[in-house]
Amino acid sequence: MTLDLAQFHETFFAESFEALDSMEAALLKLSAGDADLELVNTIFRVAHSIKGGSATFGFSDVAAFTHTLETLLDQMRSGKRRVDSALVDTLLRSGDLMREMLAATQAKQPLDKGKVASLHAEIELIMATPGHSTMPAPSASSAATPAAPSAPAMLEPGEARSGWRIHFVPGPKLLRNGNDPLRLLRELATLAPCEIRVDAKWIPPLGELDPEECRLAWRIEVNGAVKESAIKSVFDWVDGECDLNLEPFGPAADATVMMPALKLPAGVEFEAPSPAPSPVAAPAAPPTAVTPVAPAMQAPSVEEPAAKPAASSASAAPAAASGDGGSIRVSIEKVDELLNSVGELVITQSVLSQLAAPLEGRDAEQLRNALVQLERHMRALQESVMRVRMLPINVVFNRFPRLVRDLGQKLGKKIELRLTGDTTELDKTVLEKIGDPLVHLVRNAIDHGIETPEVRLAAGKPAHGIIELNAYHKGGNVVVEVSDDGGGLRREKILAKARERGLVSGDEELSEERVFNLIFAPGFSTADVVSDVSGRGVGMDVVKRNINELGGHVQIHSTPGKGSMVRIRLPLTLAILDGQLARVGSEVYVVPIVSIVETIQVRQELVSSIAARAQVFRLRDDYLPIVRLYDLFGVEPQHTDLLDGLLMIVEADGTRVGLFVDELMSQQQVVIKSLETNFRPVVGLAGATMLGDGRVALILDIPGVIARYQSRREPVQVAA
Amino acid sequence: MSGASYVKDYEAADSRQFLTFKLAGEEYGVGILAVKEIRGWSAVTAVPHSPPWMLGVINLRGVVVPVIDLRLKFNFERAEYNDLTVVIVISVGDQLAGIVVDGVSDVITLASADIKPPPSLGGHTNTSHIIGFGTVDDRMRILVDVERLLAGTEMSAANAMQ
Repeated sequence: MTLDLAQFHETFFAESFEALDSMEAALLKLSAGDADLELVNTIFRVAHSIKGGSATFGFSDVAAFTHTLETLLDQMRSGKRRVDSALVDTLLRSGDLMREMLAATQAKQPLDKGKVASLHAEIELIMATPGHSTMPAPSASSAATPAAPSAPAMLEPGEARSGWRIHFVPGPKLLRNGNDPLRLLRELATLAPCEIRVDAKWIPPLGELDPEECRLAWRIEVNGAVKESAIKSVFDWVDGECDLNLEPFGPAADATVMMPALKLPAGVEFEAPSPAPSPVAAPAAPPTAVTPVAPAMQAPSVEEPAAKPAASSASAAPAAASGDGGSIRVSIEKVDELLNSVGELVITQSVLSQLAAPLEGRDAEQLRNALVQLERHMRALQESVMRVRMLPINVVFNRFPRLVRDLGQKLGKKIELRLTGDTTELDKTVLEKIGDPLVHLVRNAIDHGIETPEVRLAAGKPAHGIIELNAYHKGGNVVVEVSDDGGGLRREKILAKARERGLVSGDEELSEERVFNLIFAPGFSTADVVSDVSGRGVGMDVVKRNINELGGHVQIHSTPGKGSMVRIRLPLTLAILDGQLARVGSEVYVVPIVSIVETIQVRQELVSSIAARAQVFRLRDDYLPIVRLYDLFGVEPQHTDLLDGLLMIVEADGTRVGLFVDELMSQQQVVIKSLETNFRPVVGLAGATMLGDGRVALILDIPGVIARYQSRREPVQVAA
Repeated sequence: MSGASYVKDYEAADSRQFLTFKLAGEEYGVGILAVKEIRGWSAVTAVPHSPPWMLGVINLRGVVVPVIDLRLKFNFERAEYNDLTVVIVISVGDQLAGIVVDGVSDVITLASADIKPPPSLGGHTNTSHIIGFGTVDDRMRILVDVERLLAGTEMSAANAMQ
């Protein structure tokens, strides 16, 4: 029977990339000279599982490289090699390379063999030079001799025994969790010649057999002086999923079956399955068959059910393998489907409530009470489903330690990165789109914000600059702050540059906020020298645009000499929006609450007409244009006189206008539906939603509305 | 099961089935496989800045679906929408759209040989969205290619860009 291993590839890649992330995080925590064993172990485990997985799937290039890397890590783990920054650098680059190799393999692209070979050689070179142990050697024997690359587990005097008897009883879930006992046995056989007996007495009758359950057990005699830790590390993956018994034995006088494992031909004999499975812990009866390693699971016979598990065992799930874990992997489409259905339920429920409202009588009262209850449950359900889409922001934050380290080194700046609130959760879609803007901001903070150590010392500041990323929830929003304790924004310089570029007229005086907002103008840069880090003026405008697209806001605070802070306010999710319903004639529009500044009733004396169709009104010290929504959207309004309706002051990109509507209705959370699914995007509309009565209401996109208004107004301005 | 055998018949007999509908005194047909459902008229929400024949959008079980008045699209006079007005929801590619017609008549089966290509009507009349004419029981139907019909209507994002 054949099984397409490819179906497990995606899982392997996803988990490997995650594992590499955690490896990188651990590497960055490793400070020079001090080898925190826990961290080294984490790094080692990652390399080990990726090696195993790629070997299982036949990604031999990845496996070969990782194997060498693992050997180097093993030296660190056993304290034979001191951690220094050059070594961490190499390991970081190795992590990058592994990621590249995996990505290339995933995309079925050719690997950059030259790059792999050169880093491979570099690692070999490191291993060829003796490492210096700074840690007290764990045993007298672990001298500073470099281990041979391909034989990490060679015997060492003193600790060596003549051999080991191993009783390996896999748990029933071992295969299902993606482990292949055969691979373990093969790996064991590379340590020393092995004599392996399969113990098949727990195989139930065919009728009761579950092909995904592992019912085989093995007794293994390792005939060679191998370290206990070496054997244990072979079984690292299945730790907790099997019963493992190790027992040393004396000089192996009669090493009868000493053969290299993989070269042997097939030939399997099983013990007769006993009808009632005996408890795993019970001592096994002497096995009747001596079986060479490799063929044990590859019995060619089709009727032999025990052969099936081997095939289905290929999914390498190293990280998830240990323990049951508390999570499952679900595709985002499934969650979105669920979310959609819940959205429909919410609408249906509100239709029901509206239908029940006019009913009278005792039963009607009960019905309404039940509906109120239903509504409460619906909200809870909706919230739970939304939460499924939420991920902690550290998914994004995790990339920054590396970025700050690399960039700091490159620019000769000393920077400490502080991350707070990294467990703050937000919607996956928001999370995906916030990454790049944050990278821009952090790069900017490093390049323009933080000064060089000399400048900092001269200014009486510590040589180490601090960049802080902080995330927290505030009133239905997520706030992410990027702050630095650098030189701050230079207001005069920005203003001068803006005048030079004609963004600001010669003598115009601007508020602090508006000056800082100038740096979001496309192509704006005050950098004297364009570096490859920043200064080309591309970036801040993209940052702002991305965040606005997410329905968020950016604010800048800066104090000269003390530093700057960029504060980003984001909606928790993109699927639901807090909206204010507004009526124009018979149409109801949803205005995103985030865009609304205030709503006022106009007084005649505050309005003045510039031209026939352009009107402005005075709001305190500002003059705002009036946008008549009915005019812009071509609908029949109830009121055309400004005094009869209401003016909603809305803001986008720092521009404020008064939106004239007939009346305001309720505020509610609406589920955003795309217009593009069956139609096309319309400028000025962010989408549509269903109202309680089942009708469609359009959601306004305020930046689009203002843009549309301005594009209409232009000719009038020219004339005036 | 009936669906499967239907498809088989459909292909084996080299014939096509059409849902026919009335519009300004003429009878038209659309390929039945494109028809998702037939529903009565319900109020639409107008979408600003769309052509006059694009009436607006409706809520089809939680999906926003645009509705087109085929009379206006074909340059006929606008008709009153009443209880008899019918919206045929059709699917084109992965998009849905509703077309407003005067009434639904019948389902007819036409052998491919019986479908005659549209004659050239000169430069005044665009026939690109007409598959051909088919006659059943001495009544001629104009067979409409919905895909072409909607493709030329700025319905999709791709068209909006042009």
